[in-house]
Order: sequence, then C-alpha cells, then structure tokens
Amino acid sequence: MSGKAAVRRPYVRPMRGWWRRDPFFGRYMLREATALAVLVYAIVLTVGAVRLAQGEAAWNGWLAALRTPLSLLLHGVLLLAMVIHAKSWFEIMPKTMPALFLGGRRVAASTITRAGWAAAVLASIALFVFAWAWRS
Amino acid sequence: MKRSNAPVFWLLFGAGGMLSALLGAMLVFITGIAVPLGWPPRTELMSYSRMLAFAQHGLGKGFLFVVIALFAWHAAHRLFHSLHDVGIPTGMAAKLACYGVALVLTLVAAASLLSLGF
Repeated sequence: MSGKAAVRRPYVRPMRGWWRRDPFFGRYMLREATALAVLVYAIVLTVGAVRLAQGEAAWNGWLAALRTPLSLLLHGVLLLAMVIHAKSWFEIMPKTMPALFLGGRRVAASTITRAGWAAAVLASIALFVFAWAWRS
Repeated sequence: MKRSNAPVFWLLFGAGGMLSALLGAMLVFITGIAVPLGWPPRTELMSYSRMLAFAQHGLGKGFLFVVIALFAWHAAHRLFHSLHDVGIPTGMAAKLACYGVALVLTLVAAASLLSLGF
C-alpha cells in the first residue's frame, strides 16, 4: 500500500487566498496580523533600551532615526494596527474569558466589549496625561 | 500524564494582548509620532537624561521591561498559531523560531535595562 502511494504526488490542500473568500475570514486574518505590529514595536523598544544603555550618542542616534519620514510612516501603520488590535481584542474577549455573572444574570457580550473599549480609552488618556505632566 | 506548557504561553499571550490593547496605541503615538514631531512643545520629553532617569527608577524600569517582554510574547504566540493559516507547518522549528524571538527580546531588554543600574 505504502509502496504505491509513494509514487503518487501527495495532495496538498491549497492555502493561498482562502481568507479572501469570506469577510469574516478577512477580519480574522487582519486581527491576527496585528501581532506583527506588536512584534515590530517590541523590537523598536528593545533597540531603544539597547541604545540607551550604550550612552548618550547612541540614544540620540535612536531618536534621530525615529524622526525620519520612514519611521514616522512605520509608526503610522503601527498605530493603525494597534487600534485594530485594541478594537478586536475586546470584541473577542466575551468568547475568550469565562462567563461573567452579575446579580445572577450573565453579562452580555456587548457589555463586556464596550467596557473593554472604555478601559482602553481611559488607559490611553491616563498615559497621555502622564506624559504631559512629566514633560517638565 | 505530562503536564502541558500551553497555559504558560497562553497566559503571556493574554497578558500581552491586554496590555497592548490598553496602552499600545498611545505608546506608539507618543514615542513614534508625537515626540519625533516635537511634542510637547519646548520640551525634550525623551531626552537622554530624562529617559535614563526613567529607566533607572524601579517603576520606570519595570514598566519598560513588562511592555517589551509581554508585547513580544503576545506577538510570538499569535504569530505561531497563525502560521498554520498561511500554510506553514507548525513543527518544533517554527515554535522555536517564534518563541525564540520573544525570548531573545526579553533577555536583551532585561540585560540593557539592568545594566543602567538603579
């Protein structure tokens, strides 16, 4: 059996473009792709930490690199991806977390999602205010 | 039965996903767009002396490390589980490549931040 099967070309299920068949798959792939942005930003910050440890000249070089048009464009894309990540993260949270009960009734999925979005907006405002207050 | 290591990766993925969902966009905006374009006016928010002081403070150091490490482990886990969707076989090599990147970033960030002292 195996001798004959080895002669034949094995069937490989085509994977190309399957996610374009349905908008739901497209949203799924977009959601997963935001991980690339999270990884790139982690790399950017790690390089920053390394440059900071190397001294003032190295750090200023990293800051100068951040000011280049290419970096600004990259961070624009990263920002968009981070917003998509935050939006979708809380959209799937009702499915990934254990069922939540309040006063004997199950909390609706939309309530959990909206609470998550509100938390993200509040955390972002808090971070912005911290940066503003820290400026001097 | 051998205990699965999956919950550890899942926990790091979840924590990193939550942290990046809460703060990722604003962090990218501040460090990658606002500060390079000269915000806030008349201040160097991320000048060497200020960032050094921030990274030498226990809380600042901890914040930077947690952000880098959790972001990296979140991304590694999610990318690893997406490989299958784009037709890349998810064997041990792929697993090592994905989580290896996160491990390297974690160690490099930890070494750099610790070398700055407290």
